[in-house]
Amino acid sequence: MATPVLDKAEAEAQPASPYITVTFRIRRFDPEVSAEAVWEDFRIEIDPKERVLDGLHKIKWDVDGTLTFRRSCAHGICGSDAMRINGKNRLACKTLIKDINPDKPITIEAIKGLTVLKDLIVDMEPFFQAYRDVMPFLVTTGNEPTRERLQSAEDRERFDDTTKCILCAACTSSCPVFWNDGQYFGPAAIVNAHRFIFDSRDEAGEQRLEILNDKDGVWRCRTTFNCTDACPRGIEVTKAIQEVKRALITRRF
Amino acid sequence: MKIHKYDTVIVGAGGAGMRAAIEATKRSRTAVLTKLYPTRSHTGAAQGGMAAALANVEEDNWEWHTFDTVKGGDYLVDQDAAEILAKEAIDAVLDLEKMGLPFNRTPQGTIDQRRFGGHSRNHGEAPVRRSCYAADRTGHMILQTLYQNCVKEGVEFFNEFYVLDQLITEVDGVRQSAGVVAYELATGEIHVFQAKSVIYASGGTGKFFKVTSNAHTLTGDGQAACYRRGLPLEDMEFFQFHPTGIWRMGILLTEGARGEGGILRNKDGERFMEKYAPVMKDLASRDVVSRSIYTEIREGRGCGPEGDHVFLDLTHLPPEQLDAKLPDITEFARTYLGIEPYTDPIPIQPTAHYAMGGIPTNVEGEVLADNTTVVPGLYAAGEVACVSVHGANRLGTNSLLDINVFGKRAGIAAADYAADAEWVDLPEDPAALVEEQIERLRNSTGGERVAELRRELQETMDANVMVFRTEQTIKTAVEKITELRERYRNVSVQDKGKRFNTDLLEAVELGNLLDLAEVMAVSALARKESRGGHYREDFPNRDDVNFMRHTMAYREVGADGTETVRLDYKPVVQTRYQPMERKY
Repeated sequence: MATPVLDKAEAEAQPASPYITVTFRIRRFDPEVSAEAVWEDFRIEIDPKERVLDGLHKIKWDVDGTLTFRRSCAHGICGSDAMRINGKNRLACKTLIKDINPDKPITIEAIKGLTVLKDLIVDMEPFFQAYRDVMPFLVTTGNEPTRERLQSAEDRERFDDTTKCILCAACTSSCPVFWNDGQYFGPAAIVNAHRFIFDSRDEAGEQRLEILNDKDGVWRCRTTFNCTDACPRGIEVTKAIQEVKRALITRRF
Repeated sequence: MKIHKYDTVIVGAGGAGMRAAIEATKRSRTAVLTKLYPTRSHTGAAQGGMAAALANVEEDNWEWHTFDTVKGGDYLVDQDAAEILAKEAIDAVLDLEKMGLPFNRTPQGTIDQRRFGGHSRNHGEAPVRRSCYAADRTGHMILQTLYQNCVKEGVEFFNEFYVLDQLITEVDGVRQSAGVVAYELATGEIHVFQAKSVIYASGGTGKFFKVTSNAHTLTGDGQAACYRRGLPLEDMEFFQFHPTGIWRMGILLTEGARGEGGILRNKDGERFMEKYAPVMKDLASRDVVSRSIYTEIREGRGCGPEGDHVFLDLTHLPPEQLDAKLPDITEFARTYLGIEPYTDPIPIQPTAHYAMGGIPTNVEGEVLADNTTVVPGLYAAGEVACVSVHGANRLGTNSLLDINVFGKRAGIAAADYAADAEWVDLPEDPAALVEEQIERLRNSTGGERVAELRRELQETMDANVMVFRTEQTIKTAVEKITELRERYRNVSVQDKGKRFNTDLLEAVELGNLLDLAEVMAVSALARKESRGGHYREDFPNRDDVNFMRHTMAYREVGADGTETVRLDYKPVVQTRYQPMERKY
């Protein structure tokens, strides 16, 4: 079945075109071309109901094929396209043009605190290393049951919020502590530790707390809430970090 | 060029790839090559659940699940494989729970289950609660849980490595897998991986459609690599159109929404599925529901000024239920449509969703070179493969199941094979084909643009080989694809660099899509019947006499270099269920 497609002439003839002209101001960097990063403006026609990612695609596909960014699912679940849009960390595929004032140039740059490799692509390896360091997997001892482990709906609910994480790095790369010191585990790693510390089936909570008790652990958090604002999944990141701090003091989780 | 040597190489790090990796890493030296970071794969976009007859909330058994799978696939399912799928489903779910997956729970603390399309009690009597789920992000939780366990097992990943070629060496007249060739995105370097076993788990090919639930990166890379090396592709004409994609965008809204009580309505507010499927109603199989939606639209009962969609109505469900069971899809409606699902119905249309066909395998995941011969050392699992457990139409929740059951099987089989097998010599100059392909694309000065050709491909596919097909529309598609393949020779890219050259890779991906689109259209043209996801208006009935058989498509290269698709057929494995008329 065809999806109705207007040909160009017909579209132009219609008085109420949904398209507006928007300027994308993008921080470009390609070490094969120049050691310096530069801002470059692109003017594009776009429906305000479209995503920032759609705008980036219009540029890459029709104007400048060298523009480079990561993306995959295009609806906020794969975590590939976190970037700094008008100074705030967001997913390009979950940010609609109309929601970010299209009257002014929209600034787009790579997330901060991780090395920029080309245009909007950063080196994710330190981010994933911090994640791997918090033992982000269920640890149990003793014989496994034949059927599933039992868990009450309340116990399941206890860590529901932190299971939503898609490892996009929007939180970690919005954190001023992480900008200044890349050794800090960062919010995303703590969120993923939280997800297991508060899972009633898990038996390695103490070990994870010790890991996060480190000088680069949770105590570095200065509660600026940037991470919570940045999370595209709506996770209460700062609250999760506070709960880990409290568990460290009380050893109750 | 770098050469690496591993016992087992896995291509793809979605659900099937990582499930295989957990098994293979325990048994052999294993590398996982993935074009995305592991948690970016499209398994994470699956929402509604994973089917298994746990019988936690009501009577159920795996035999009923087998029957539903066979019937759902319109009897094109290989029934021995479906039986394995349904039987091993129970352990597959329990395995994931033990790995840490946070399933929703019943008041008793067991895994909760809900209804899903096509899953029934006692051979079609009524819907049954068989889908095990974690809110409406079950795929996300499976992907995260499998990655967590890969970290635990120390699985070795090569992130952002694109596999572009399958290496085959003939040993004593038998074609064997020798390894793969990959392109490293960060540097542009070519890597040859020599391996005793190779497992393809690289996912689907939905991006040849325009309105699709698929990720931008689902471009059939594994299917294309095998097909170009002379291996067949099975049942490629069968593609699933999911009934509820967000209107015009194609973003998936889970069938679980209807499992929780959501209702499809036309412009008159009528619950139209009652006409088409009196028993299962909105929970009939996906092919049936998608055709019903388009029938409503064609007969003038579609919604909106252009009458080109229908509504998914959740407004009668309590907000607490939507928040607890369907939080993600309700947020999608708010984010992308500005609609509040508590109070307003959501405009939807069918969206290209899932390839039932793919690289043919047996139930151990071994790839077939023809109807019976195995390619030693070559395996496939998940959407890239065709076992065939989905036949002509996959049931919802059976794909998350498929990747776990057959990912595990392929991982074990490949590693066990590698333990005993001898190394197969690499072909002479193993990277030649890939180097030539990359250099040609990088240096081309032709006038054709990747984005333009892809747009034209997607438009012709949506217009001609979607939910309704005729000889005329399919022929139109074949002609257009032939033209696009010709123009593709003159495609050029703007980015000539080595570093993160995604411009170049999109050109490679387009080549894969064009090859596979041709296979799909040619296979569809020859199947003069209607079955499951393949509906021919000129042949509206199923024809078991002539077409109860799998399509096997091969690439043929003539003496003058012209490429054609040659079709052959393979019998369907039938065990206990005789084909019946399919009613829901």
